[in-house]
Amino acid sequence: MPIRTSIGAVGEKAANTVERIGYFSRFVVGVLRSTPAVFSRFSLTLREVYFAGVFSLVIISVSGLFVGMVLALQGYETLSIFGATESMGVLVALSLVRELGPVVAALLFASRAGSAMTAEIGLMKTTEQLKAMEMMAVDPIARVVAPRFWAGVISMPLLAAIFSAMGIFGGYLVAVKLIGIDPGAFWGQMQAAVDVRHDILNGVIKSIVFGIAVSAIAVYQGYAAKPTAEGVSAATTRTVVTSSLAILAIDFILTVFMFRGTGL
Amino acid sequence: MNPTLSPSNQIEIDNVFFGYGARQILKGVSLKVPRGSVVGIMGGSGCGKTTLLRLIGGQERPASGRVIVDGKSIPDLDKSALYAARSRMGMLFQFGALFTDLTVAENVAFPMRENTQLSDELINSLVLMKLNAVGLRGAAQLKPSELSGGMARRVALARTIAVDPDLVMYDEPFAGLDPISLSVVGQLIRKLNDALGLTSILVSHDVVASLKIVDYVYFISDGRVVAEGDPESIRASEDPFVKQFVNGFPDGPVPFHVSAKDYRAQMLSPSAP
Repeated sequence: MPIRTSIGAVGEKAANTVERIGYFSRFVVGVLRSTPAVFSRFSLTLREVYFAGVFSLVIISVSGLFVGMVLALQGYETLSIFGATESMGVLVALSLVRELGPVVAALLFASRAGSAMTAEIGLMKTTEQLKAMEMMAVDPIARVVAPRFWAGVISMPLLAAIFSAMGIFGGYLVAVKLIGIDPGAFWGQMQAAVDVRHDILNGVIKSIVFGIAVSAIAVYQGYAAKPTAEGVSAATTRTVVTSSLAILAIDFILTVFMFRGTGL
Repeated sequence: MNPTLSPSNQIEIDNVFFGYGARQILKGVSLKVPRGSVVGIMGGSGCGKTTLLRLIGGQERPASGRVIVDGKSIPDLDKSALYAARSRMGMLFQFGALFTDLTVAENVAFPMRENTQLSDELINSLVLMKLNAVGLRGAAQLKPSELSGGMARRVALARTIAVDPDLVMYDEPFAGLDPISLSVVGQLIRKLNDALGLTSILVSHDVVASLKIVDYVYFISDGRVVAEGDPESIRASEDPFVKQFVNGFPDGPVPFHVSAKDYRAQMLSPSAP
């Protein structure tokens, strides 16, 4: 009997997982099918870009600045061993545009804007606002969910670019103003080594993919949240945890494909 | 008035069964709502009253039975046909379900902006008319968080009638209201129904307030219609369930205690409840 019970439990978990994946897939398809409606009333999406993107600017900018400054300090210690401190600009820029910019900005975006999206949609569900919309013959997926999803997708690469720019500026402050590295070498080597297509474009692609993942997870968790205080709280936590893990896993996969065979 | 004799019913529900998983909520409910009437559906908490509204609005599908609204079988409609049918319905939710990021005026304008091509000027005029009808023209620029429970319910009522529906469903419109607000909301439901030529379904467990305004009442218990009639016959009814419900007796056909194990045996048992 215990074996039968545990086999049954495994089967039930597997069935639940498949059901959740199926529900998530149908949900995402529903959101994508609403895309024409979203872009025909772009003001709704712009409003969400303001809430998700503009309100994230402070945390993204300040974090980018400090990450860049720390990167320069740490890089200086290692590069000075090899007498290569002039390459500081390359180190800071490549680290940021390839990896840290897209990844850290996405993690911060998931915590700041993704959790807010989940909580907002979850509370709308709890207070029956989504049901009220349905009864007014207004599709909540098209009116509430899809604009937030696309706002996240649009905001993410812009925030990642701002993060990288602020990081490079932070690196410049430490490397040139604090340590005294020649500014010509700092900017010149960076300009020579950073490739638009190979480095910057790949970073942008990463941030777009992260934007899709974080936004899809955030709006789904809000829409599927149990309509109770505990349900919304649990959904918000799931958004941050699931998004963070998804970002790191996707980053690994994308990095393997983007930089394989190039000697990195 | 007996709705079964009416030649023209806005709603016909026939032998409907519905449940959530293994939990059966409705067990063969049948009822009819004549056009132009206010029909009350009453019963204790969790008896399936709100579920009935959700079936009429197409938010749930019955396991079996028919749900006919304005001649259309609601469970058989596809999404676009269902939304077309809903555009002729209005629903007042228990706590209003106002959009918290919009002002009162924007809430009332919402269904008009979403479902019509009316100009902003015309929508603004209509919003003022609807708010005036519920006595809240002066609250147009307030946010829902600044309203009392009664005011929020009246704003939701204005939003519900914004696109001139044929059918309005009220889900516990009296819940949590003070006596004055309760009376105002009750009067508004009756007057709006008659003035606008609506058909209304009122789901409530407030017998006194409901019997003042409805034309006909169905009582639901344990997923079935257990009694029905006009307000006078309900007040005079000798049916034990109706008497318990109308008079608020704590015990009767609806028991005070939920079914449980033997009290003495459970108290003496070392295990937790």
